[in-house]
Amino acid sequence: MQNHVYSSRQLALPLASVFVAIILAIGTLLGSSGTASAQQTTASSDRIWHDLKGDVFGDRAILVDTGVVRIEAPKRAQDAAIVPVDIYLDPAKAPDGIKSVTLIIDANPAPVAATFQLGKDAGVTHLSTRVRVNDYSYLRAIAETQSGQLHMMQTFVKASGGCSAPAVKNQDEANATMGQMKLRQFPPKETMTKTEELQLMIRHPNNSGLQRDPLTQYFIPAHFVQKLSISQAGRPILSMEGGISISEDPNFRFDFTVHGNGEIQVEATDTDGKTFRNQWPLETAGL
Amino acid sequence: MSVDRLRRRLVSGFTCTAASAALLPCCLGRAVLAAGASLRFSTTQIADGVFAFQGADELMTAANNGAICNLGAVIGTDAVAVIDSGGSLIEAQAFLAAIGKLTAKPVRFLVNTHMHPDHIFGNAAFRKIGATIVGHRNLPRALEARGAFYLHNYREQLGEALMQGVEIVSPTMLVDDHLQLDLGGRMIELRAWKAAHTDNDLTVFDTATRTLFAGDLVFMGSLPTLDGSLLGWLRQMDALTAIDAARVVPGHGPVTADWPQAVAGERRYFEILARDIRKAIADGTPLREAVKTAGESERDNWHLFDDYNERNATAAFAELEWE
Repeated sequence: MQNHVYSSRQLALPLASVFVAIILAIGTLLGSSGTASAQQTTASSDRIWHDLKGDVFGDRAILVDTGVVRIEAPKRAQDAAIVPVDIYLDPAKAPDGIKSVTLIIDANPAPVAATFQLGKDAGVTHLSTRVRVNDYSYLRAIAETQSGQLHMMQTFVKASGGCSAPAVKNQDEANATMGQMKLRQFPPKETMTKTEELQLMIRHPNNSGLQRDPLTQYFIPAHFVQKLSISQAGRPILSMEGGISISEDPNFRFDFTVHGNGEIQVEATDTDGKTFRNQWPLETAGL
Repeated sequence: MSVDRLRRRLVSGFTCTAASAALLPCCLGRAVLAAGASLRFSTTQIADGVFAFQGADELMTAANNGAICNLGAVIGTDAVAVIDSGGSLIEAQAFLAAIGKLTAKPVRFLVNTHMHPDHIFGNAAFRKIGATIVGHRNLPRALEARGAFYLHNYREQLGEALMQGVEIVSPTMLVDDHLQLDLGGRMIELRAWKAAHTDNDLTVFDTATRTLFAGDLVFMGSLPTLDGSLLGWLRQMDALTAIDAARVVPGHGPVTADWPQAVAGERRYFEILARDIRKAIADGTPLREAVKTAGESERDNWHLFDDYNERNATAAFAELEWE
C-alpha cells in the first residue's frame, strides 16, 4: 500500500500571487463578494413575524410572556425533521379558559405549523409534538382565551447543521404504513386524580410539499394530516387544523381530565381526503 | 503501467490540479482561491487498479473543501468507475485530474453511494465529462425532497465560494436490486439496500480484488449518522458482513480496513443506542429528555460524537416508538 500526500501550500508561486490579487480586485469591482447570507437571525425571524401576524391574527393585541402559555424547544435542532416542542398552558392565569393554541415557525415555508383547539372541560395543560424546522427561527405559541385575548411566548431554535434535512427518512415505509395509529396511556402519577396523559402516534409521511424539485422547479405535492380530532366518548379533548410543519408520523402527547369511562376516539384526515379512525378503551376506566 | 509510475502520475495530478485551480480564474473564480489555498489530498492504491481518497475526519467546511468522505476509483481495461463525487466541485475536479494522471481510460461511471452532500456535491463535474451517474432507485426521490435544503444549508456552512457550481445532479442509471457494470476485464457489482443509513444506500464490490466500497453503511472513527432506519441498518448487518470481501473502504474513516471486523464498532454503537432508547420509551421518558443521555457510554469511542449522537438518538426514538 502506498500513500501519496501532496499539499498545495507548496504552490506559493509569485505568479499565483499576482493572479490572486487580480482576481480579488475583479471580485471587488463587480461587488461579487457573495450574496448576503440568507440565514435567519432573531431579528430576521422577528421581521417575518411582523409581516405575518396581521395575516393570522389581524390587528388584535398580542400579550407577551404573561405565563398563560409557555413554549420549550431545544436551542439547537438536532434533527431538522424531528424537533420536539412542548407547550404548557396555565389555566390559573386565564380564568375564562383557553380555547386554542397556534404554533408558528417563522422561517418555515408555511409558518403556521398548526392550530390546536382545546376541549372545553378537557383540562389540557401540556401538549408536546415534533415539528420540522427549516432554518434558524423563533417557534411561537399563541394561546387564545375564551374571551378572545391572545397570549404569546416564543423560543429561538437554531437549525440543525449538516445533512439533516426536514424530509421523510424512510419513504417506502412511510407510504406502506400510512394511517396506522398507536395510543399510549400513561396512568396518573397520583391515585384519585382524574388527569392522565395520552400519546397519540399516527403513521403518515406528512410531507410539507414545499420543497422544490431541483430539476423541474415544480413543488412536490404536499401530503399531510390536516385535520385531527381526539375525543373521549364524543367529548372533544384536542383537535388540530393545519399541520404542515408537523414531523412525519405525527406524534402528540398531552394531559387531559378523564370524564367517565368512555373510550378514546381519534379521527384524522389528510390533504388527499383520506380519513383514518381508531378508538381505544380507557385503561384507567373505573377510577 | 507500473505502480511506481502510477504513483508519480498521481502525485503530479494533484499538483496540476492545485496549480490550475489557482491559475484559471475564468473557470473556477475565487472559490478556488479561497478554498484551494489549503487543498490537500491523500490518495492510496489499496489493490490492483483500485484507488481510494481519504476524507478528513471532520464536518464539511470551507477549509477542508467539503472533502470529508472517502472516494474510490476502479480502473478496468476499457473504463473507470468512480465511487462518489465528493463534497464540492473543487474536490471532484481534483479527483478527476488525479485519475486522468493514472490512466487515459475514460471515466464512464460515477456511482453515488447515497444522497448526502459530502458524497454528491461534485456530481456536476462528472455530468460534464459525460459519465453515466448511477444510484439507488430511491436516490432521485430523496434528492428531490432535500436538494434545495442542502444547497441552502451548505451555502451557509461552506460559504458561497466553495458552493460555486455545486448542483444537485440526480443519477440517470438506477439500481433496483443488483447491477453489474463492465469496466473491461473486470466487473463491479452494485447492490441496493433497504433503508439503513439512508433509504438510498448502494454498495460497490470489485470482484477482481474483492474490495467492498461500503459507502456510509460503514463508518469508522467518526460517529455514524442515522438518516434512514436504525432497525433496517441492524437487520441488514448480517447480510452486509456476509459479503466475501478482502477489504472494505468505509464511507468515513481509514481508507481501507479488514472485513468484516471494520463494522464491529458501528454495530456496538447502534445496539447500545437502541437499548438506551428502548428503555426510555418503556419508562415513558419523553423524546426531548431521552436523547440527552442515550448512547452516552459510547462518547469516548468516536469523533464528532457531540455533533451527531443526539441527532441519531432523536431519529432512533421516533423509529423505535413504533416497535
